[in-house]
Amino acid sequence: MTVTTMTETWIDVCRVEDLEPDAGICALVEGHQVAIFYLPKLEEVFAIGNYDPFSHANVLSRGLTGDIGGEPVVASPVYKQHFNLRTGRCLEDKSISVPCYPARITKGRVQIQLSAQGDPV
Amino acid sequence: MQRKKLVIIGNGMVGHHFVETLVQSPAAQSFDITVFGEEPRPAYDRVHLTSWFETRNPEALSLASLDFYRTHGIDLHLGDKAISIDRTHKIVRSEKGIEVAYDILVLATGSYPFVPPIPGHNQEYCFVYRTIEDLEAITQAAGESRIGTVVGGGLLGLEAAKALQDLGLETHVVEFAPRLMAVQLDEDGGAMLQRKIEALGVGIHTGKNTRNITPGKFQRLKMEFTDGDALETDLIVFSAGIRPRDELARQTGLEVGDRGGIVIDDQCRTSDPDIFAIGECALWHGQIFGLVAPGYQMARVVADLLSGREAAFTGADLSTKLKLMGVEVGTIGDSHGRTPGAHSYVYKNEADEVYKRLIVSQDNHKLLGAVLVGDSSTYDTLLQYYQNGIDLPQPPDALILPNTEAAPTGLGPDALPESATLCSCHNVTKGQVVELIDQGVAALADIKAETKASTGCGGCAGLLKSVVDAELARRGIEVNKDLCEHFPYSRQELYHIIRVEQIRTFDELLEKHGKGLGCDICKPAVASILASYWNDYVLSDKYFKLQDTNDYRLANLQKDGTYSVVPRIPGGEITPEKLIVLGEVARKYKLYTKITGGQRIDLFGARLEQLPHIWQELIDAGFESGHAYAKAVRTVKSCVGSTWCRYGVQDSVGMAIFLENRYKGIRAPHKIKMAVSGCTRECAEAQCKDIGVIATEKGWNLYLCGNGGMKPRHADLFATDLDDETLVRIIDRFLAFYIRTADRLQRTAAWMENLEGGLDYLRAVIVDNKLGICAELERQIQHLVETYECEWKKTLENEEILKKRFRFFVNAEGSDDNVVFIEERGQIRPATLEEKRRIKGIPIELEKAS
Repeated sequence: MTVTTMTETWIDVCRVEDLEPDAGICALVEGHQVAIFYLPKLEEVFAIGNYDPFSHANVLSRGLTGDIGGEPVVASPVYKQHFNLRTGRCLEDKSISVPCYPARITKGRVQIQLSAQGDPV
Repeated sequence: MQRKKLVIIGNGMVGHHFVETLVQSPAAQSFDITVFGEEPRPAYDRVHLTSWFETRNPEALSLASLDFYRTHGIDLHLGDKAISIDRTHKIVRSEKGIEVAYDILVLATGSYPFVPPIPGHNQEYCFVYRTIEDLEAITQAAGESRIGTVVGGGLLGLEAAKALQDLGLETHVVEFAPRLMAVQLDEDGGAMLQRKIEALGVGIHTGKNTRNITPGKFQRLKMEFTDGDALETDLIVFSAGIRPRDELARQTGLEVGDRGGIVIDDQCRTSDPDIFAIGECALWHGQIFGLVAPGYQMARVVADLLSGREAAFTGADLSTKLKLMGVEVGTIGDSHGRTPGAHSYVYKNEADEVYKRLIVSQDNHKLLGAVLVGDSSTYDTLLQYYQNGIDLPQPPDALILPNTEAAPTGLGPDALPESATLCSCHNVTKGQVVELIDQGVAALADIKAETKASTGCGGCAGLLKSVVDAELARRGIEVNKDLCEHFPYSRQELYHIIRVEQIRTFDELLEKHGKGLGCDICKPAVASILASYWNDYVLSDKYFKLQDTNDYRLANLQKDGTYSVVPRIPGGEITPEKLIVLGEVARKYKLYTKITGGQRIDLFGARLEQLPHIWQELIDAGFESGHAYAKAVRTVKSCVGSTWCRYGVQDSVGMAIFLENRYKGIRAPHKIKMAVSGCTRECAEAQCKDIGVIATEKGWNLYLCGNGGMKPRHADLFATDLDDETLVRIIDRFLAFYIRTADRLQRTAAWMENLEGGLDYLRAVIVDNKLGICAELERQIQHLVETYECEWKKTLENEEILKKRFRFFVNAEGSDDNVVFIEERGQIRPATLEEKRRIKGIPIELEKAS
């Protein structure tokens, strides 16, 4: 799946204080459930789809974060597969990935772009 | 090639072993095999017959499945006894009228229990101890009895006595000889064993010859002895030795011994060259072997001969090590010192009730025999000296003297020659084990499966493990026990680090001893360690990010992203008012309700944002968090106990509630389940729990490390007749020791299986205080008990946490539209994918993902 970037619009989601350090929150962005993670050690925010393709439930924002082989990941809280937060790619099954959205913190606000930037499957 | 007909009479341990050996040998292709067994089930482990009492399940003892016989095309006739052999026409006939022709016949008819011809031995409530059916009958009779007596103080007699005692009977043993285990033990050894067993509450009557069994005055039966004494009892179990089953052989004219037994030569051939006899029915050089290992050896000899190989039975070592009623006993070789010129070294410690004797050769260099009572820890080492003719250290008594610095530490596995037999049941040598390890088979379980070593009587388990460990160590093979890529330590090592350095947060631990960001393995593991040590609030700022989603939301995540809620119901006792509250809450929030295995009520289908509202109502009604979401002490199941039950002997509900309130929520490497039964009928199923308590007349029996689930494990009986206070103290220590030493996500059952030294070691640590840590273990639990807080109550007081972590969207109201329920049997359940598609079209995320 390849989604061509249509716009470069940053969408305002929430305040920085709404983030949970080293954990995830779920935002509703134009009808999409987006899981947003803030890893203070990397000083980065990440945004991926909240939908877990293995359990078919909207749960990824509720997974534990960490790194595996140096890449930031979240583990699905249902069946524990890991997803690379930079690419959306599943570590256990390379043919599966979730949407991955550009995210940033600017002026105390968390913003994302909805044009999914995941690895082409 | 024309296949020959092979008939085997008898499907006991030896008969089955023969079949098993044969089907794996070259001879398998040359025979059509027919087996007759008179018992209703295929071969089972008679050596461990007594363990039937633990499970009451014949399957657990089974050695063979019907499938095994089917797969190998063997014609198996169970519950059908062979009743005649026609040697002229070479035909075997069975009770049910089946006739089978044979070319080769193997008799594995075993033995029957010898019952002395005492007048009255044949009446009701007189039993033998041989088959599962015997045990079933004894169990039933014990239910209507107070006193039980075993006739025979040998190995099996003492085992039967233990069974009677475990069935709750006042137990006596009557022995004709002047001491217990007269065949194996010398006088002093027998006397020491008697003292130890009497101390366990069993009446021992040696040198008693029963003259008559008549109706009793106070009990059901009266045993009158020739010396004028008498003993009243409600049931009698005869276990006075075995006699070979040779009636078929006699009938068909095979040579039998004067005192019974089918005469065989070194090839296990009877007086008819087409008929073999193996096991307890066979008489070799005037000897009957009442042990399984020699029977297995005979089975292998015949299988070899039928495969065209040379083989001979050359006698067997009768050394044994066992535990009788918890008393360790070992005998090796010439335990009576009858070899000419032999002399002895004796160590006798009446304070600790330990007796050890070495019998050595005239020149002092070789071990001829040994007797060990009360401490058989040196058995494996001594057996190797004996079997392999290894020169004894000088002076040899160092081997039995208590451990002093000067004493040799025993014969290490490296000292054994490759030819040394590790497992005599399955004839496995050290060389075979080493060869397997050379081929890359490194796991103990795989080595056992491959060689069958230590799967017979199990006596060599310790030795096998030490050989495997030593061989692996020599090859520099080390099992990586690192928790994950972020910490080069095992869970236990991290526990030590956290304690010694008084570390309070994950970040501090990661900074000092780890690397990277951590992961879903190490974060919850460290959170659990910190909780079991400091017991701080799990959702506080420093801890929440370590928690798995269940702990994070204090509820159990279900497959559709909703949660289930389990309030605590201590001991399963609940008032009608509280039941109504649960019903009302479930109805109000439209939750699915189900009774759990731990005697609680689980409410399913709660959305994340509903959890605080649901819990507010539950807390207001007096409920507490049930910690079903945590790797922690969960429930203490109980039966109704002496309060209501006609059979209960203690207040099991009261004890269960006390234990649950004491230990609730204590975080551990994995979940912990407990149960308390009010009597030996065990309605709370305590023996499949991590911690099981069963009431006795005198107090409580404690069972540890049981497990149901995927790999069931029967709990080990750890201590008996404890008073309330001692029970709680031992559970305190057990919990703390498990929490400190187990691997991540290791239940107590697996922990015990991997604990070096096993049950005895655990007992040494938490009962005898071998490591001197008991006070500290108790302090740790006391701290956890004192700092307990209901996590939901605390959370409901924290507006910020509620607002932040119990709403679905950070930037919008509303909830997950992918949660869809269907009604079934009057309640909700999550919709399947198909149903969701039908109801609301395919969610956009679904399309993208697929």
